[in-house]
Amino acid sequence: MHEMALTQSVVEIALEEARKAGAQRVTRISLDIGRLSAVVPEAMRFCFDAITAGTAAEGAALDIAELDGAGWCLDCGKTVPLEERFGPCPDCAGFKVQMTAGDEMKIRELEVI
Amino acid sequence: MCAVCGCGETAVRPAPGSPQERTLRVERDILGKNDAQARVNRRDFAERGVFALNLVSSPGSGKTTLLVKTIELLKGRRPVAVIEGDQQTSNDAERIRAAGAPAVQINTGKGCHLDADMVAHAFDSLEPPQGAVLFIENVGNLVCPAAFDLGEGKRVVVLSVTEGEDKPLKYPDMFASADLMLVNKADLLPYVDFDVSVCVANALRVNPRLRAMTVSARSGEGLEGFVDWIEAGGE
Repeated sequence: MHEMALTQSVVEIALEEARKAGAQRVTRISLDIGRLSAVVPEAMRFCFDAITAGTAAEGAALDIAELDGAGWCLDCGKTVPLEERFGPCPDCAGFKVQMTAGDEMKIRELEVI
Repeated sequence: MCAVCGCGETAVRPAPGSPQERTLRVERDILGKNDAQARVNRRDFAERGVFALNLVSSPGSGKTTLLVKTIELLKGRRPVAVIEGDQQTSNDAERIRAAGAPAVQINTGKGCHLDADMVAHAFDSLEPPQGAVLFIENVGNLVCPAAFDLGEGKRVVVLSVTEGEDKPLKYPDMFASADLMLVNKADLLPYVDFDVSVCVANALRVNPRLRAMTVSARSGEGLEGFVDWIEAGGE
């Protein structure tokens, strides 16, 4: 649900950056979205067309790179892959894991003309 | 663009590498705009000595009743103002006004959360007095409001004992972002299978620094502790 608001924010930022660069149109928006972030990429794709309609980003492609989660396990003393935001360490099954990657929600780059 | 998956295969645009197409490195946070407005709100609250609390929970946890009772307890101690967020109706704002506090209702329509911009506008129209406590009652939803900083001083998550003990594990983002958890409807504990200590342990698993208090907005149990916490600035 909140993907609608997040996608609006993505498009606003893209249009602002394109304007600053003196571009006419945005043809591609590339995002980095962590698998442990508060975003469902499918929901973003679903509303992207509706939000870009009538703007300089109409018809643009939306590329979403999904980044894996990782955390630092205090007990194992190493970085481990993380499937859930507050999930256990896959090695020791303990919960003393601090997320170090996977919560990204970023606009990486734009293609403009 | 492909209407099914948004892959952009059918979009009409120049071939990649065509002379006029260029790539802009952006590297900007998607929530950057909201976060920037939240910083402005935080500064505006501080300038007026306002202590803002963002109240989040699932629908029906008893947030509005809790607010009405808390407003009564704060009467004569601190001025209070309330921003009410709901998809529709001004019922909650009317309940708050009847309790004697100024309130502004925000209807989010299709929106599932409040954002920093909505709060900024509501704050402007409320104009709370110097030193007020500002309660921001977010839309009842344990998912979306977690991601949106409103500029609040502290975030309070309300969980009622008629919900599950495992709510903090099912909706970890919200409990991880909160400063205080109020376990509400404690008067119903004899009638439900809800173990407060298990619930608190679950919440601490996702947020070791979370404070927890057991309250009943209906009977008033535990509310003095909440009011003391507010008067101490959430310490």
